[in-house]
Amino acid sequence: MTQESPKPSKVYFFSTCLIDAFYPDAGLAAIRLIEREGVRVAFPSGQSCCGQPAYNSGFPAEARAVARRQIQAFREDIPIVVPSGSCAGMMKHHYPKLFAGENDLPQAQAFSGRVFEWSEFMVQVLGVRLEDRGAPLRVTWHSSCHAMREMQVIGHSKDLIRQLRNVELVELAHEHECCGFGGTFAVKHPAISGALVNDKVDDIQRTGAARVIAGDCGCLMNITGAAAHRGLPFTGQHLAEFIWERTHDG
Amino acid sequence: MTADRFETDVDRALADAQLRKNFAFAMGSFILKRKAVFSDAAETERLRTLGNAIKQSALSRLPELLEQLEASCTRNGIRVHWAETPAVANRIVLEVIESHAGTRVVKGKSMVSEEMHLNAFLATHGIEAIETDLGEFIIQLNGETPSHIIVPAIHKNKAQISKIFHEKVPGAPYTEDVAELTAIARRTLRRRFQEATVGVSGVNFAVAETGTLCLVENEGNGRMCTTLPSVHIAVMGLEKVVETLEDLPPLLRLLTGSATGQLVTTYVNLITSPRREGEKDGPQEVHLVILDNGRSRIYADPELRQTLQCVRCGTCLNHCPVYTRIGGHAYGFVYPGPIGKILNPQVEGLDKAGPLATASSLCGACEEVCPVKIPIPALLRRLRNESYSTAPDSAVLGHGCRQNLTERLAWKGWAFLNTHPRLNRWVTALLGAFGEYLPPAGPLERWMRYRTEPMFAPKSLHRRIKEEGLTDE
Repeated sequence: MTQESPKPSKVYFFSTCLIDAFYPDAGLAAIRLIEREGVRVAFPSGQSCCGQPAYNSGFPAEARAVARRQIQAFREDIPIVVPSGSCAGMMKHHYPKLFAGENDLPQAQAFSGRVFEWSEFMVQVLGVRLEDRGAPLRVTWHSSCHAMREMQVIGHSKDLIRQLRNVELVELAHEHECCGFGGTFAVKHPAISGALVNDKVDDIQRTGAARVIAGDCGCLMNITGAAAHRGLPFTGQHLAEFIWERTHDG
Repeated sequence: MTADRFETDVDRALADAQLRKNFAFAMGSFILKRKAVFSDAAETERLRTLGNAIKQSALSRLPELLEQLEASCTRNGIRVHWAETPAVANRIVLEVIESHAGTRVVKGKSMVSEEMHLNAFLATHGIEAIETDLGEFIIQLNGETPSHIIVPAIHKNKAQISKIFHEKVPGAPYTEDVAELTAIARRTLRRRFQEATVGVSGVNFAVAETGTLCLVENEGNGRMCTTLPSVHIAVMGLEKVVETLEDLPPLLRLLTGSATGQLVTTYVNLITSPRREGEKDGPQEVHLVILDNGRSRIYADPELRQTLQCVRCGTCLNHCPVYTRIGGHAYGFVYPGPIGKILNPQVEGLDKAGPLATASSLCGACEEVCPVKIPIPALLRRLRNESYSTAPDSAVLGHGCRQNLTERLAWKGWAFLNTHPRLNRWVTALLGAFGEYLPPAGPLERWMRYRTEPMFAPKSLHRRIKEEGLTDE
């Protein structure tokens, strides 16, 4: 979708299973920020998970069953906004492959065509302008692999941060490198995943930032969990929650 | 290979601080070098698309092209041999060497010869094969295997190499001076080149139309292996064939740019025949051994066939966060890194090399840089699935080897939960209330080795939305 795309009056919000169970504040913030732009947000209660955990683990049939439920829950022909580059990538780029040869492939393809990553939607479709109300703060940004390589929305995410006047964004030295989360990879190969996340945490630590901002809660859980495990002082926050915290009234 | 052995090897590699430092440094510099020669994103994308098309086109006509290659080579005086297995290939190489009463062999870098374990095989027949690529020479001195497809001794730093030379090359003093080290290698190898009756090399591309074997290298050792001894034996995997000479310039640009960040290698060898009458140099005989070793099985599957597009540039290794941390040896097979994760399980079987396919976060760094656009993450997913697949028509060796009931049930349960919203909400609420009392066992224990326990929110987003009167449908 290009910048000329008309602003929709209503969108769907797919919260992702991680935000639902672990980071509901991030989900609420993402919804409020969309609504603040005058767009109604519908949250289908039948939604659950995009199916990626099973898809990546070698269980496509199980992934497809779960994906099918999402397609059924988001029937109306309106944009589906997803506060995660990874889940959005799954729904936008992998559903058509997952449903290849299935009777409901057309529905899956139509669904995929309506998926937006949250920051992409905020910048590209809504053209949001932000007014920073927070105190001066130095943050760094973590790019999730799928937001970067599948959805290619990192520019939009950073654009939102850069709109905040009092926020200094310090880039990571190894921004393009995976944090080691990888879903079940983290528990299938704990030592490799641990080595990756510890290097990521060191990289964050070297920026001197008080907070790492990310657009994906899987990465965030991994990074902040490892930092806390080592007793490091920096915290982590989902981009939507960070933006909401710095820009809302009162 | 068992999953346990892989884990042990990984742990050992991760605990080796020097090894990790060597890899982090080397891979970092390779990434920068590649970036410098592929600085124009649009041009690079165009080139990668072309590389992909050339390899796909060649693969689509593979049987026909291989026959054409054989005919062209034969016309040029190159003798072509077919080998279904490494054992057969070794036997062919041995017979050629023995027919010339050779005992001294010099070798250029070749991953296919690693697949064949050629050196060890020849040694059992009293034939000494000397590696002449500097990196290969170093690890051969030390009794090791390559840790990287392009730079086989990259796991060693200068001090370690100095020590190996001092200890393993008779009369070599201890020195960390690169020029002196190179001179030691050169002195040792020059003699070997002069003594050798047979030279063995790999092949980067074999041109079907002209019967040309293309070999790129930077040290001149490949040129010497293929011209000084009276017999040259080239070994190649059957996927190396391309259609015409015109395919070479873009493929070479992609290969060398991706591999070493060079616009062109120091030596580009195009070998089309043995020494012809009236010519003053070159081998009297040239043999080409074409190895299958599972490749035609890979070829039979249209999706997995993409594995055979690989030009062995090694850039997926350089960009892989896992490879950079554990190095090449921990993989436990000939091909390390992302390409190894898709190739070894298909060649050796999922029962043996299957665990490799799980050792990826699917970050996609490999696919992003692959010069011929092999969708490595998609193929990893496919192989993960094949590990569980009991479909009788699967062509993947060792498919269905993982019949872990707990894992199967866990995913069935996961799917059930995520397709029954009420139950799902109820379980999430339960975890919100009591999640912190979960025993740190199984996956949670493995998570908590490096991280604190994930904290379930007391109220899920579903519930918060309902309570705060936000819109539902």
